Amino acid sequence: MSRFLDTFFNGTVFERYLPAILKGMVVTIEIAVLVVITGILLGLALAVVRSFRVLAINAVIVVLVDVLRALPPMVLLLLVYFGLPNVGIVVPSFAVLWLVLALVLAAFAEEIFWAGILSIPKGQWEAARSTGLGFLATLVHVVLPQAIRLAVPPLTNRTIAITKNTALGTVIGVGEILNQATAAQSFSGNATPLMMGAIAYLILFVPVVALGRWLETRFAWRRA
Amino acid sequence: MQALAEQFFNLDIMAQALPLILAGLRQTLLICLIVVPLGLAGGLLVALISLSRLRVMRWTAIAAIDFFRSIPPLVLLIFVYSGLPFAGIRMSPLTAVAVAFLLNTSSYYGEIYRAGIESVGAGQWDAARSTGLRAWQALAYVVLPQAVRNVLPDLVSNTVEVVKLTSIASVVALPELLYSADMARSVTFNSSPIVLAAAIYLAALWPIVRLISRLERRIAA
Repeated sequence: MSRFLDTFFNGTVFERYLPAILKGMVVTIEIAVLVVITGILLGLALAVVRSFRVLAINAVIVVLVDVLRALPPMVLLLLVYFGLPNVGIVVPSFAVLWLVLALVLAAFAEEIFWAGILSIPKGQWEAARSTGLGFLATLVHVVLPQAIRLAVPPLTNRTIAITKNTALGTVIGVGEILNQATAAQSFSGNATPLMMGAIAYLILFVPVVALGRWLETRFAWRRA
Repeated sequence: MQALAEQFFNLDIMAQALPLILAGLRQTLLICLIVVPLGLAGGLLVALISLSRLRVMRWTAIAAIDFFRSIPPLVLLIFVYSGLPFAGIRMSPLTAVAVAFLLNTSSYYGEIYRAGIESVGAGQWDAARSTGLRAWQALAYVVLPQAVRNVLPDLVSNTVEVVKLTSIASVVALPELLYSADMARSVTFNSSPIVLAAAIYLAALWPIVRLISRLERRIAA
């Protein structure tokens, strides 16, 4: 038992690597916040553009969104991180991680918002237009408020899942939690830093997962 | 433009890497064949426990689900593969991947089943039991078929996520599709093998992604 504690909950190792793990937490939070804001806004923008139903533009959006939903984020990460420098574009690994995760989130968000927009009955559009509102005004003031409400629970769960992918940044050397933890583990030859990393993720994500659970009941889809 | 084609769509390099990448594809399929059926079964078990009448069991199941949904799968995988050996538990990459992915994906499937079962009215249960069906019969023949139909898009969507998840097995040197492609990339200094791997993921998953969009819209409408 004491050997177990010594390997997984070692006090001296804990103290030595706490600053590194905390630094990793800051990086993880920074990327997560950037990804969530840019990803969701871009997804909403794409869904709005799609509702104008211009065939050529929509075809591009659908293909882009499908590809981003079908490819593993890790594949995109390696493609962008190792591919771009070879054609002369050098992007720091932090920016690569942000770009890839934001695009993936935008794709899923677009699908969710679009499903929400489609689920608003036609009568809502017609009623709003008949009061003299233009297309854009109807979309912004009548349709989107309802569509966004429907989108909240699925979007929350998807956002959490994609935000956890910040851990993939360790593969391209972004100094987030997992990266700090694995580095510390190999320096110290002790599993405590990994345990600290796992706990750091729990501290960040358990409240978010609980919030998602609450939102799901609060904004529940009414299914027959 | 020339450089772009050379760097990402080099057919010679793709042809060279193809045997390696196909071997990787077999490993990816193997992981899926282990993780998807076991995850579906484990998820059902977790869902049933989380709907148990005993509060202790219910809370334990929900705590476990939220725990594994809060830990990034890559963190779990690295913990199982390189953390547990410190406690004397050593696993092959494939076992570590199977264990980590199962813990992760059973939680997600569990949540989906739970939502599905909750969406079936309590009256269905009572009616089924009152006709003389036993509890497991009511579950298997009356509640589950309706529950699964209600959450089918989510079940399919999570299965796509499992297939995509297999790509992180590359981190523990399991020679699956992405690992093989990345090996070829690091030998040739050219990204074409990864583009080839991406094309394989796309060919396999794009039709399913389209299908999910349709299923989701049918239910939302």
